[in-house]
Amino acid sequence: MTNIFYKRLFQVIIVALISSSIGFLMMHLLPGDIAMRIAAGRYGPDGLSAEIAQSVRVELGLNRPLYEQYFLSIFNFLKLDLGYSLVSGQSVIEELRVQLGYSLLLALSSFIVSLFIAIPLGIYTATTKNRFVNTIMMYLSIIIRAIPPFVLALILILIFSIWFNILPPAGFENWKYFVLPTLTLSLGLAAVSNRLINDSMNDVQNSSYFKYGRYKGLSQNITIRRHGIKNTLIPLVSFLALQSVYLIEGVVVVETIFAFPGIGHALVHAIVARDIPMIQGTILIMGLIFVFINVFVDILALYLDPRLKEKKDA
Amino acid sequence: MPKNKNSFYIGLSILIFLTLFSIISRLIFDYQSDQQDLMNTFSTPSFEHLLGTDQYGRDVLIRISQATQLSFVLSLGITLTALIFGVTLGILAAYKGGTTDKFLGVICDILLALPGLLLVLVFLAFSPGDFLPLYLGLSLTLWIEFFKVSRAKTKSLLVEPYVESCKSLGFGFFYILKKLIIPKLLPMIFTISTFAMSTAIIAISSLSAISVGIQPPTAELGSMIVEVLPYYEEEPMLVLLPSFVIFLIVLALQLMSKRRDYA
Repeated sequence: MTNIFYKRLFQVIIVALISSSIGFLMMHLLPGDIAMRIAAGRYGPDGLSAEIAQSVRVELGLNRPLYEQYFLSIFNFLKLDLGYSLVSGQSVIEELRVQLGYSLLLALSSFIVSLFIAIPLGIYTATTKNRFVNTIMMYLSIIIRAIPPFVLALILILIFSIWFNILPPAGFENWKYFVLPTLTLSLGLAAVSNRLINDSMNDVQNSSYFKYGRYKGLSQNITIRRHGIKNTLIPLVSFLALQSVYLIEGVVVVETIFAFPGIGHALVHAIVARDIPMIQGTILIMGLIFVFINVFVDILALYLDPRLKEKKDA
Repeated sequence: MPKNKNSFYIGLSILIFLTLFSIISRLIFDYQSDQQDLMNTFSTPSFEHLLGTDQYGRDVLIRISQATQLSFVLSLGITLTALIFGVTLGILAAYKGGTTDKFLGVICDILLALPGLLLVLVFLAFSPGDFLPLYLGLSLTLWIEFFKVSRAKTKSLLVEPYVESCKSLGFGFFYILKKLIIPKLLPMIFTISTFAMSTAIIAISSLSAISVGIQPPTAELGSMIVEVLPYYEEEPMLVLLPSFVIFLIVLALQLMSKRRDYA
């Protein structure tokens, strides 16, 4: 039990170390004078001179020995001082705060929509006598799972933006721009989870407590509602960790395709523009969120299935 | 759930078809993948250009077949690297136990602190568009699954009575490995390989689609798709054809893996 938390704490430290170190490594491994670049980013290429570059160098401590600079960068990191974007000149924390809001909203709504698709569908295909619907849903899930998120995004753009012209393909102005990215991610998630729920519901239906509920005279629907749904969802919880991987990776790709102003798009943009502080910041935030989701899943799994606790303690 | 055997053969035949397609089309048509013909852009399919040409007049058929080969070769290389390291270290960890086992476990925890694609992006941040960070990053992400599964399976095999008795009869480590352990690991290794390869293919094409992976003019399925996006309305086929090829490869690999319906 405590073991898990040590492991996760260790991972938090690793995420912080990785993201603080890439900044340092990139500063010194990439060609070109970094002080010049920062000065150019701050004052524009016109205001650039050797003196200004020198003052930037002194200000950021770039003239000190390497080991000192490394500890300084980690120290700044611990103070949560992520510096300023080399492209926009804005404070990284400030930019990330805005972008993270968009991304969290996108990820959360995708997750919720996927549950709204997957839970009724999975339970329906498991309980219906209609073999035809079941087969169709199975093949549809297999097909959607074989489509990478960015291709799924392009197919949705073709259908909704080009053929029917009812939804905007890219950018962000109002809620309409939210629909296609959410749909892309939630379809991908639901394609997996509806089959999981289907299997889990089948197990529940064959269990003795479910059969007993039917024998004592409850109708099919009431038995499903009272005894079925909750137990069906347990396997889904342990599956949350995998879904969060899909969501974080999906957010990066889908946001970039839809030019959605979130943190994933910011990361890709920062890599292309070599905006080191932004790369550091985005990796740090996304890594931390990932570890925290894992902690949450660990706790939730223990809460729902206390047998795990005994196993771990033994 | 389709029958396992059938779906395996369907998947295999899709892969064979795609391989033959990419080899034969390059034998018949003598174009280069970056050979431009600006007088002849967006031409409709004809005998000279079976699938037409793109915005620079490049032959679409040749570009798709070359991109397919690139995806195959790169993802196969990544999968093999991950497989060899993962399985070797997994058996080693199970066999040695103790510090070796703990040490490798810690390395896994380190790598699992970031989702796979983010790790690859960290590598790509140093030199966007290169093959090497792509290859290193993906191999580093994908070996973990091989490692974990082969370690767990080897550990449970090592305490089986028939392995124990083989050991006490004095048979060497490599003999036991070859005769008793590796044959039992093979089916799982195969399943994970198909899974790893489809992950690699999706990642490679996604990364070049968001323009941090392999860069144009190299014919790559993901970058081909994004390159023609401005002409999406007029020429949707140019976007959909490479997409369909990615879909076919991933579908074939998923059908071949003898995994259950999900995961």
